[in-house]
Amino acid sequence: MSTPLLKVVDLKKHFPVRGGLFRRVQARVRAVDGVSFELERQRTLGLVGESGCGKSTLGRAVLRLTEPTAGAVHLNGEDVLALSPEAMKAKRREMQIIYQDPYASLSPRRLIGQTIQEPLDVHGIGTSAERRRRVEDLLDIVGLRKQVLSRYPHEFSGGQRQRIGIARALALNPSFIVADEPVSALDVSVQSQVLNVIARLQREHGVSFLFISHDLAVIQHVSDDVGVMYLGALVEFAASEDLYREPKHPYTRALMSAIPVPDVKRKSKRIVLGGDVPSPMHPPSGCPFHPRCPEAMPQCREVVPPRVNAGTAAKPHYVRCHLYSDAGTAPA
Amino acid sequence: MSVREPVLSVRDLVVEFSTRYGPVRAVDGVSFDVYPNETLGIVGESGCGKTVTGLSILGLIPSPPGRIVSGEIRLGGRDLARMPEEQLRDLRGHEISMIFQEPMTALNPVLTVGSQMVDVLRRHKQYTRRQARAVAVEMLARVGIPVPDKRIDEYPHEMSGGMRQRVMIAMALSCDPKVLIADEPTTALDVTTQAQVLEQIVKLQDEFHMAVVLITHDLGVVAETCDRALVMYCGEVIERADIDRLFEAPRHPYSRGLLDSIPRLRDDKLAELPVIPGMVPDLAHLPSGCRFAERCPRAAADCRRERPVLDGGPGSPAAVSCFHPLA
Repeated sequence: MSTPLLKVVDLKKHFPVRGGLFRRVQARVRAVDGVSFELERQRTLGLVGESGCGKSTLGRAVLRLTEPTAGAVHLNGEDVLALSPEAMKAKRREMQIIYQDPYASLSPRRLIGQTIQEPLDVHGIGTSAERRRRVEDLLDIVGLRKQVLSRYPHEFSGGQRQRIGIARALALNPSFIVADEPVSALDVSVQSQVLNVIARLQREHGVSFLFISHDLAVIQHVSDDVGVMYLGALVEFAASEDLYREPKHPYTRALMSAIPVPDVKRKSKRIVLGGDVPSPMHPPSGCPFHPRCPEAMPQCREVVPPRVNAGTAAKPHYVRCHLYSDAGTAPA
Repeated sequence: MSVREPVLSVRDLVVEFSTRYGPVRAVDGVSFDVYPNETLGIVGESGCGKTVTGLSILGLIPSPPGRIVSGEIRLGGRDLARMPEEQLRDLRGHEISMIFQEPMTALNPVLTVGSQMVDVLRRHKQYTRRQARAVAVEMLARVGIPVPDKRIDEYPHEMSGGMRQRVMIAMALSCDPKVLIADEPTTALDVTTQAQVLEQIVKLQDEFHMAVVLITHDLGVVAETCDRALVMYCGEVIERADIDRLFEAPRHPYSRGLLDSIPRLRDDKLAELPVIPGMVPDLAHLPSGCRFAERCPRAAADCRRERPVLDGGPGSPAAVSCFHPLA
């Protein structure tokens, strides 16, 4: 088998919580707590979960925008976490990010042309004429006209700003982009336009995405594989069609049934979960989902469920739940 | 047709904001009725005027820069659009209540939940402090807050987003209002919490027999909780219908486009999501004809020339504002 584009092994990011007289570390927030996955070239991994589940931190840790506490990240076969600052800067050409808030992620005092060209300047790519041509190509890819180059961010709507953010992320021809809730701030009619741009980039430009969203329907539209996060851990991971056809983890099922469906005929039977997501500072014992799980069993309170493959060797469907524990433990 | 009377009637409401570019009409001739015990959805995208409509009903438009230019807002024989502020204050939280998207900004961070609830109750009812507290505890229990007699003494920041929104609902319903205006009440919440809160609102409506005006951008929420809905675009109501009709056979091309462009769980993955091309026009530079014409697949010459109006009054079962509606 060829090496995957991205390989993440047992990645952890813990934030210290300081307090008291001497600002001692009093606790740790385990925002990301042992996440492993692989992403093949030209594929999109959708990462879904509720606020505070650690999905954004995971995205940032993979890019080393926040230094992971432990674990390994391999991009194109190279250990990203072992790179020197110099080498890291070069590596960043291969990995980019698109942010959620198109209002906060563009510098208000820079012309759009400068913003999109900045990565090319920083990495000293091409002559200035070549750079300018590249910027025009980028605008074309994301569906904006040339006239936008000499304008400022405030002159644009949210959807257009998000296209500008995408163009900037594409400037260095990265093989991998983390898209952190890229359409959550947009209205539905514009949201679908931007989703189509992202799907086309993957298809026509061979970019792989780690696409982070709280919205299972959005994730389904763009993803080949899907990971579901709860309290810093991947509780389910499978090919998109398998996960949506047969969600296995009770949390995934609840999440799916909770989506309000814009269809008056299909009044779905809803699993309404009790309570709230617990604090990652004090995660429950055993399975972190057990206090809210409609199918919790006595062992769930005590034993952390291992990751098992509840699918087949050819089509793995990983899940962390005691309902599937006898399916045999898969190597973590 | 039944002969029931609307509890709230809005007629030809026009709300303007003065801006650098001159006056901008955020709400431009909106009319609708709300009946007891029904949930009316007001749906649309950012800037369509749905929130401003809700705020005007309670006289909460920041003025200046905003002002109700014309129109009536009738509640029990009185016109709220012309009512002085002191009288409106007696009404708010009593006969008509509102809950907002972000409960953290709507609650006072330096007062306990209990003292805020007691204030509201004592403002409108002749309760002693002790009576008011007892009612507040009972309300918290009814919105599903565990150990309400303990949690009533907590500050808003000690609660989760879902809890805070429940507190807001408890406070809004504590004086038994006739009308509850809910502006994106679940938008800031996670889906699993949203499901809890929506279920709670539906349940309480049955118990309190109040009318709910639910303002949202989420057609999924509308489908699951509302009886009827208005679709707004650029300050106007462009379609009004009961939910079954709106979702099964929307007549305005914009309603159709909105429904189609929502990413939804489906069995077959689409290569491209349907989109509404272009974007919402700037309210300061509206076209003279139909405001949706520029983005509309059915637009013809007349749409650019003239402005369509709703083809039925507020009392009619359904209406659409389009020269070439879908069948």
